[in-house]
Amino acid sequence: MPRMLYAEAVVEVLRRSVEGDDRVHLMGQYFLGLTPHRTMVGDLYRQYPDRVYFPPIAELGYVGAGIGAAIAGLRPIVDCATASFTFQAFAQILNEAANIHYMSGGQTSVPMVIHYNHGVRGGGAAQHSHSPQAMMWNTPGLEIITPSNPADLIGLVLTAVASDNPTIWVDHVRLFDIEGEVPENIEPIPFGRASIPREGTDLTIFASSWMVRRSLEAAELLASEGISVEVVDPRTLVPLDEEAILRSVAKTGRLLVVDECHLRCGVGSEIAATVAEHAYGDLLAPIRRLATLDVPVPFSPPLEQYVEPTTAKILAAARSVTGVQSGA
Amino acid sequence: MLPDLEPEALVVLLERMIVARRFEEELIELAGDRDIGHFHVYIGQESTGIPALSLLEQGDLSFTNHRNHGHLIARGAEPGPMYAEILGRATGYCRGKGGTLHLASAEHGFPTTSSVTSGCIPLAVGAGMGLQRLGSDRVSVCLVGDGALEEGAWHESANIAAMERLPVVFLCENNSLEALGQRAGEYPSSTMAASDLTELASVFGIESVAIDGLDTRAAHQTMTEAVHRARSGGGPTFIEARTVRWPGNRPIWPELATGKTDLSMAWDASLIRPEHAIWHREQDGLLGFVRELLDSGCVTSDAALGLDKRATERVREGLAFALDSPYPEPEEALEHVFAPRGD
Amino acid sequence: MTKTIRYIDAISSVLRQELERDDDVFILGEDVSYGGPFGATAGLSASFGPTRVIDTPISEGAVMGLAVGAALSGRRPIVEVMFADFVTLAMDQLVNHAAKIRYMTDGQLSVPMTIRVQGGVGGGFGAQHSQSLEAWFLHVPGLKVVAPSSVKDAAGLLVAAIRDDDPVVYLEHRGLYWTKGLGASDETPTPIGTAAVVRSGSDVTVVAVSRMVGVAVSAAEKLAEDDIDVEVLDLRSVAPIDWATVDESVRRTRRLVVVHEAVVTGGLGAELVAGVHATAFEALISPAVRVGAPWAPVPASPFLECLYAPDTDDVIAAVLKTLHER
Repeated sequence: MPRMLYAEAVVEVLRRSVEGDDRVHLMGQYFLGLTPHRTMVGDLYRQYPDRVYFPPIAELGYVGAGIGAAIAGLRPIVDCATASFTFQAFAQILNEAANIHYMSGGQTSVPMVIHYNHGVRGGGAAQHSHSPQAMMWNTPGLEIITPSNPADLIGLVLTAVASDNPTIWVDHVRLFDIEGEVPENIEPIPFGRASIPREGTDLTIFASSWMVRRSLEAAELLASEGISVEVVDPRTLVPLDEEAILRSVAKTGRLLVVDECHLRCGVGSEIAATVAEHAYGDLLAPIRRLATLDVPVPFSPPLEQYVEPTTAKILAAARSVTGVQSGA
Repeated sequence: MLPDLEPEALVVLLERMIVARRFEEELIELAGDRDIGHFHVYIGQESTGIPALSLLEQGDLSFTNHRNHGHLIARGAEPGPMYAEILGRATGYCRGKGGTLHLASAEHGFPTTSSVTSGCIPLAVGAGMGLQRLGSDRVSVCLVGDGALEEGAWHESANIAAMERLPVVFLCENNSLEALGQRAGEYPSSTMAASDLTELASVFGIESVAIDGLDTRAAHQTMTEAVHRARSGGGPTFIEARTVRWPGNRPIWPELATGKTDLSMAWDASLIRPEHAIWHREQDGLLGFVRELLDSGCVTSDAALGLDKRATERVREGLAFALDSPYPEPEEALEHVFAPRGD
Repeated sequence: MTKTIRYIDAISSVLRQELERDDDVFILGEDVSYGGPFGATAGLSASFGPTRVIDTPISEGAVMGLAVGAALSGRRPIVEVMFADFVTLAMDQLVNHAAKIRYMTDGQLSVPMTIRVQGGVGGGFGAQHSQSLEAWFLHVPGLKVVAPSSVKDAAGLLVAAIRDDDPVVYLEHRGLYWTKGLGASDETPTPIGTAAVVRSGSDVTVVAVSRMVGVAVSAAEKLAEDDIDVEVLDLRSVAPIDWATVDESVRRTRRLVVVHEAVVTGGLGAELVAGVHATAFEALISPAVRVGAPWAPVPASPFLECLYAPDTDDVIAAVLKTLHER
């Protein structure tokens, strides 16, 4: 089976989308951020100049324009570059895109995709390290996808582009160098279907996006300590595959949520509350949440690592939740 | 002056203007009897919106704001489902989801109303981009008031529209003369440093023109040119229509400050009372339009009264329809969050 | 001597008091010299003039940024955001600037500003004028967030917010504006970060915020008729949360219901349940239940709007659920 880098998969799905439907247009150019991979996006743009729009530095204006274009019949994929910049466009994303189908009583749809690269990227500091999906989750009307490997990325984005709803495509620059298998004729992945990239019996780790990779890394190490970890990757936060999470917790009895949103009212809080409400009887231990600490993200590397959910922290939390002392 | 149209077409405009006027008056009266929530009325601006928007065609998209009733009526929306929506009934255009603030009728070219000031501007520009990229000759019309130009969204969107030569018409109805928040003698308003709103568009190279909002000919003519420019790839246009804010719109909730419109004041000045005389004589565009039509011989006073009777009946039937309509089923509150998914 | 006043009068009084007390305090927002849409700032312009009560253009982003800048230069601004939903136009300045400058400068600078935000359901205003957004603000480190439900706290928390050296989001609910209560006789601030027990009980803890506090109390009174003894906590401070009080109560009653008007998914309730679960896991004898709005925008139709926000029956049902489930 062919393998490709996540960054290559990003360009691949953009290409497939543009080639598969005349209505798909790309707005913005930082799908691969400022990483060295960004030249690949440039190649795609040169090939399809009529399908690409380079906006001014006007997030509110051009994201809103993407919404209007979707209303008029295009299927835009709009890139916001760094997730922190979505705050400039919040009024359009959350007061317009999320609401329009509902407010119009179902008359008008907004078939667009909004892409951003979130989280701690290394030296991004306080104004370039946000993970706003927890806030977007609280506002009804947006679908949210959180791919964590190249195959899922392609499958999920294909569905996002075909969807008549506004979809937030949550991406992370640290995923770009991940390599993975991608089936030749990959099918769109339906929303609301979590994947279990690693099965286990002692502990459920719920993680999304980049944190899936760290959790899998931790799970591998924990296995050698005799702790069997099951990793649940939701793939989509909206809709959320609650059943998969509850089934896993019923099996393991313990839950650790690892997420890059800040702790207070982050994705982890909602997952924990949902499990607390519906799988209460299955829990053998309190639910643990590991998230970016509730401080702005600092610049200096040791400070940054102190606040983000590192693999070391995942290991420590997992041992703590399962009551196993670190003997390694 | 009158638009350059055949008499029959002018009479159609007159009837629409009367419908728009009576629609709002009935609504204000209704609000006196029961709580219908906050709403905004189009009284005083019909002479701009009706001639301008009536010339749009099927497939043209219009994005409007909270002062939208007259806009929808201009493009053929019916009083019944409009009232029903304002009253939250199941027979409303949005089945009660949107209310007056988010009135939408896709059929009549209104995909959504945003009530965040300036919310409709990026949407309209984007729709223009979509239409352009799809190779369509349809246009996108952005309907804003003067206040919206205070927002950053104006600046960003106008820039994009200009750079991309998008088929967008910005129709800015500036009713800030004598508005709340404006001290006497200040124009356009006390919270806008620019003294000429057209400059906020022309600075981007957008064709811009200011018209007297009471001049139906100017509204029709400039809109015709703007739509033509947009359809033929000539890019955006900005039209500022300057009107006096209707006295009934000065309080936070609309009031029938000048009374229900008496069309006879158009030909019988003795009926005009001292209070609000200036409004009736010079500032009410509907009365002004009737006077012009009488002078030109397009209508007689009897015909005008006949149209008024018909329009009023239509409006009252629409209101009765709405008041008789059921509320939506409670579970509908959870519907239409998402469009159906294919999978 | 205290007298009965309305919630909105409490706000007006404190604004006047603080404008008098501290020359650095000033108010800015749309139509504030006219009192704003609900009258909270009525009369202040006449007393203090246009340099202390400033009408701004409809430019939420610029105004929020302006307030941050003014705070950095030594003033103490109070920004009025007419409807919570409009905060979206100012998110970058609030989240990336107001909330972060103290931290990014390692404490060299502080941003002493108050952001008064009116929100919530009521009046059929629809999806873009009715949101409760406390979950967003709670999620941003560097912001303090308060949501008074009583007249007394409306005053006390506003005093605290204005005098606080950090940005404080002060959440008002227009459904509470006309409620009456005893005003405070002095200018004591209510400490931010403290919850209040508004009704003691032993069977279940109901944590509520803003307009839902009154709803929870009504539910408690009805349940008392069936000998169910409900403890109601008014959270008051959304960030920081008074975990000590919440924890102590839950350890005693061993059951938890959380009620807020905002959407349940990703809401304040999620944080409360998750937090209690982490620290008082063994104490709970049944699953915690969250009561809030369904996952949908706020419908405009008054009929649908009434059904959308949680009411007494919803709280009662939630309490009964905690009593019957194990």
